[in-house]
Amino acid sequence: MILRVALTVGALALSGLAVWIFPRSILAFLFFQGSLLFIYLADVPRRVKWALLALALLVMMPVIGYFNAYYLEVATQVAIFAALALGLNIVVGLAGLLDLGYVAFFAVGSYCWAIFGSPQANAIFGGGFPLPPVWFFAFLLVGLVVAAGTGVLLGLPVLRIRGDYLAVVTLGFGEVIRVMANNLDKPINFTNGPKGITPIGRPPAPFGLPYGEYFYLLVLLIAAVVVLVNRRLEDSHIGRAWEAIREDELAAQAMGVPLVRTKLMAFACGASFAGIMGVVFSAKQVFINPESFTFLESIGVLAMVILGGMGSIPGAVLGATVVTVLNLQVLKGLSLWLNELKNAGTTVFGYNLANLPTQLEPAKYERMIFGVILILMMIFRPQGMLPARRRQRELGHLPPKAAGGTEAA
Amino acid sequence: MSALFEAKGVTKRFGGLTAVNRVDFELESGIASIIGPNGAGKTTLFNCFTGLYAPEEGAVTFQGHSLVGLRPDQITAFGICRTFQNIRLFANMTAVENVLIGMHGRARLGLRDVLGRTHRFFESEHRLAAHAVELLDKVGLRSNANEIARNLPYGDQRRLELARALASEPRLLLLDEPTCGMTANEAATLMALLGRLVSELKLTILLIEHNMRVVMGVSDRVTVLDHGEKIAEGKPQEVQANPKVIEAYLGRGSWDRKRRAGAGD
Repeated sequence: MILRVALTVGALALSGLAVWIFPRSILAFLFFQGSLLFIYLADVPRRVKWALLALALLVMMPVIGYFNAYYLEVATQVAIFAALALGLNIVVGLAGLLDLGYVAFFAVGSYCWAIFGSPQANAIFGGGFPLPPVWFFAFLLVGLVVAAGTGVLLGLPVLRIRGDYLAVVTLGFGEVIRVMANNLDKPINFTNGPKGITPIGRPPAPFGLPYGEYFYLLVLLIAAVVVLVNRRLEDSHIGRAWEAIREDELAAQAMGVPLVRTKLMAFACGASFAGIMGVVFSAKQVFINPESFTFLESIGVLAMVILGGMGSIPGAVLGATVVTVLNLQVLKGLSLWLNELKNAGTTVFGYNLANLPTQLEPAKYERMIFGVILILMMIFRPQGMLPARRRQRELGHLPPKAAGGTEAA
Repeated sequence: MSALFEAKGVTKRFGGLTAVNRVDFELESGIASIIGPNGAGKTTLFNCFTGLYAPEEGAVTFQGHSLVGLRPDQITAFGICRTFQNIRLFANMTAVENVLIGMHGRARLGLRDVLGRTHRFFESEHRLAAHAVELLDKVGLRSNANEIARNLPYGDQRRLELARALASEPRLLLLDEPTCGMTANEAATLMALLGRLVSELKLTILLIEHNMRVVMGVSDRVTVLDHGEKIAEGKPQEVQANPKVIEAYLGRGSWDRKRRAGAGD
């Protein structure tokens, strides 16, 4: 036990040191992330585990960000996407309702704050905008409510639809929201159309905290709340009802689960997380336009949920991390490296890479490699990286059946 | 006083096919059975009773409340619950979780209780879990409480479905071929259990069953359906001797043969 604790502490210290020595090395940063996963999976006392994770995320990460601001940006994005993945995880993973237009709720939340946190609202109400940046915090709630309302609106007409049909309808819904954002600039200019909205207010940093660090911690806090809410929902009669609907809608109904209310609840909960993170996202980006909310974004979040493990909270977080880091760092780094090889005229198997035709430029492989990774994952580990585990209940003087299965966060 | 459960002129059509044709049905207490050849409309009738199908014509009342047009979960809340012919458990959930779903309507908790993890939440969860284990114990699955439903043997799955149905605290229990796929021993144990439930919980049970030994052994009343119509009703012995029933099961001519064989004695 002491050995294992020492090992986790060592891994964290070593990876932290590596990042400190090589602040530009992607490998060092990956090592740091890997050590977090290692700590999470390690069989050490809970308190040690959470203390180490808190140390890494609350102290080490901001310090790392001080030396390399880009890493902080990556971490912030990971937190945003983790919350998104958790929201979608409720709809797809728990309730089993395949939603291909999830990014629509994200867009709704984003535009909520973007319109009122920028001079854009003057075009609608005449004057008096933007709202002071402090309103950002109130709009977290507004974004939640508006997105949840949108979720219910989407849910109502599609309740009778299942499976593939539902997927197509939600896909259409996602596109409708994006096209609306694109076209709602006339007759009254709500969204400023394809030109997008800028500058969007950002929440003021208290005590003169460095902004990147402050924003990172803020997003982390919101993501942590989302995780907590998710946990509590999942582990209640509501979460059980969602899973029952996923398993067998008809039987669930016959056992007394109100189908309409339960499904709407799933849509609303999933949407509300996206709404909150939309508000955060628009403040982080300062600029948003409809291009930020394409179908590909919905698929990206879905890929996070599926890669991580459907219906699993740690899975969704890990999936969000892996996909975001792959996209922002690993694949970019890989294509940069290949490009360097090409520019240096390196010879591989007697072929000079400098002669590569432009159609085969390394930057173009990024999506392909991502696709290959997805395919390989689905073939060799279809249940995801951290699949959902059934909770083993303690049932009084029942002999324990499978020991060690109670822990699930 | 009207009966506990009453159906009048229930008709259900699928396109041109009349699956259930003007069936009258009444149920007071004890164990009743519906029998009939394959495709006679037994399960369709069940589905009409439990809200999975809306009958085109007819009235269904339970304790004086009309059930036509209600959703399945509302009917369950009134105190009617059922099992399915082809077991429909929540396959990837544990046995105890399956039973807990049956108690869904009894968790009177708001979102505030769930998110705030209030005292009420823990109290309710503990109470429901304790009752769920009790029910599992009743059907003999207590030691399998944390087993994933999919991994249970067939007979156990049937019994788990029964426990899940009991979890909603029904007054009337509809069982669709509960002994299907069970050995004679298992079936006998299950029937003894049903008998106990009737006397302990004042439960009324309606069975669809193909196993005639079971039907004739436990039923107070038997209803026979054929081609969607009720062709006979009464005490098991009466039904057994009814020529229409024999004809429905064995075809025309068998009655004559039987009579001739009987005359030869």
